[in-house]
Amino acid sequence: MFEVNEIYQPMDLPEALVLAKQHPQAIIIAGGTDVLIQIREGKLANRELLNIHGLSELQGIEKNEAGDLLIGPLSSFKDVEENALINRHIPILAQAASMVGGPQIRVMGTIGGNVANGVTSADTSSTLHALEAQLVLESEAAKRIIPIENYYLGPAQTARANGEILTKIIIRGVNYRGSGGCYIKYAMREAMDIATLGCAVLVSPAKDSSCISRIRIAFGVAAPVPIRTKNAEAKLSGLDIDEAGYRIASLIREEINPRDSWRASREFRLHIAGVMAERALSKAWQQALERRRAECGK
Amino acid sequence: MRQIIDLTVNGRPHELAIDIRESLADLLRNQLGLTSVKKGCEVGECGSCTVLLDGTAVNSCIYLALWAKGKNVLTVEGLSGPSGELNPVQQAFIEEAAVQCGFCTPGLILTGVELAGSGKVFSREELRREISGHLCRCTGYENILNALEKALRQPELKSE
Repeated sequence: MFEVNEIYQPMDLPEALVLAKQHPQAIIIAGGTDVLIQIREGKLANRELLNIHGLSELQGIEKNEAGDLLIGPLSSFKDVEENALINRHIPILAQAASMVGGPQIRVMGTIGGNVANGVTSADTSSTLHALEAQLVLESEAAKRIIPIENYYLGPAQTARANGEILTKIIIRGVNYRGSGGCYIKYAMREAMDIATLGCAVLVSPAKDSSCISRIRIAFGVAAPVPIRTKNAEAKLSGLDIDEAGYRIASLIREEINPRDSWRASREFRLHIAGVMAERALSKAWQQALERRRAECGK
Repeated sequence: MRQIIDLTVNGRPHELAIDIRESLADLLRNQLGLTSVKKGCEVGECGSCTVLLDGTAVNSCIYLALWAKGKNVLTVEGLSGPSGELNPVQQAFIEEAAVQCGFCTPGLILTGVELAGSGKVFSREELRREISGHLCRCTGYENILNALEKALRQPELKSE
């Protein structure tokens, strides 16, 4: 038996928002792969839960007329990994989702929970930072859209107010078109492990493919929250790919500030961050060129 | 904190009074006596509590029983044929000696049944990835992979 004081079970999103207002201290539970474990471990024991598992308004992945991808936060990692729109437009996110936990966890866990938790090691979150995703936070009274960067305040501390529910993850067309991406996860095991470091690189080549027109680099576990390395991004854009590949590792190591933990030392994280960024850039660049060729071939 | 839910378990419809705080693993073990559903880690890491939910493997230890409302649950107790014949995946586990202590076996067999039902062809490397949510501390996985390869090669499974 899970040590829970009450579970509120709304039938739809409007009822969930009312319940979230009435019970602001309730913990929102979606896939349960984090919340139930923390209840088991005692960290979240004897609290109230607001069960949004299965609410249909929060599911589904679609593309609107403007070309924005709208991801329902209850989409499971497997949904994201296998979704045709995601694979066609932002394969990097499918790649990141495929690296979470193991098959059973990927069926149960949700992308919304991965983000909403506010954990730096979340595999999809660094990629969503690179894609400059926007989060829709709804309360019974209001609805606001914030950049994912502003969502993370500190370890497990987020901008989501009591009474608010994450109801959509938006990826704007301008933020993925013409780009190639790659997410690399460094962990001790190939499955069922939390990232020692995660690195997402999204790159758009210039029209003549001679140089980098736009690059975004994001890390998980390089800081208490997922981060972009914007200084490195600024210095790398405009460079040709060989020059960028040569400089990226040292630029990254100057900018990030990882910590010592039982998983890895600061020095080790600094080292692999550079190597991972270099490799991810190379793969992302190849993907961008391949995607461009495929587009032209049509 | 009781609530009544309808669900189908191993092909039989049930109407059960559940506690909304209990896991699906506890419901299956305690109310229905389906003790093939093992409780190993109880935090979703070892996979020994795996059941098929509408045909897909989930960890029943971190799945609330109330979420199973209206769903179809399969455990290894539901695999055998009308005269007690074993499922081809079970038979392959015996033939390849893929069982030692047996604690991880029911979960692995259910993942095998899901893979067989998908009709896809898996390389050994892909099979490794597909069973990565199961921990076996006895066999080193080699015989388990041999058994799965054997079971998934059988054409009669593919047509199901």
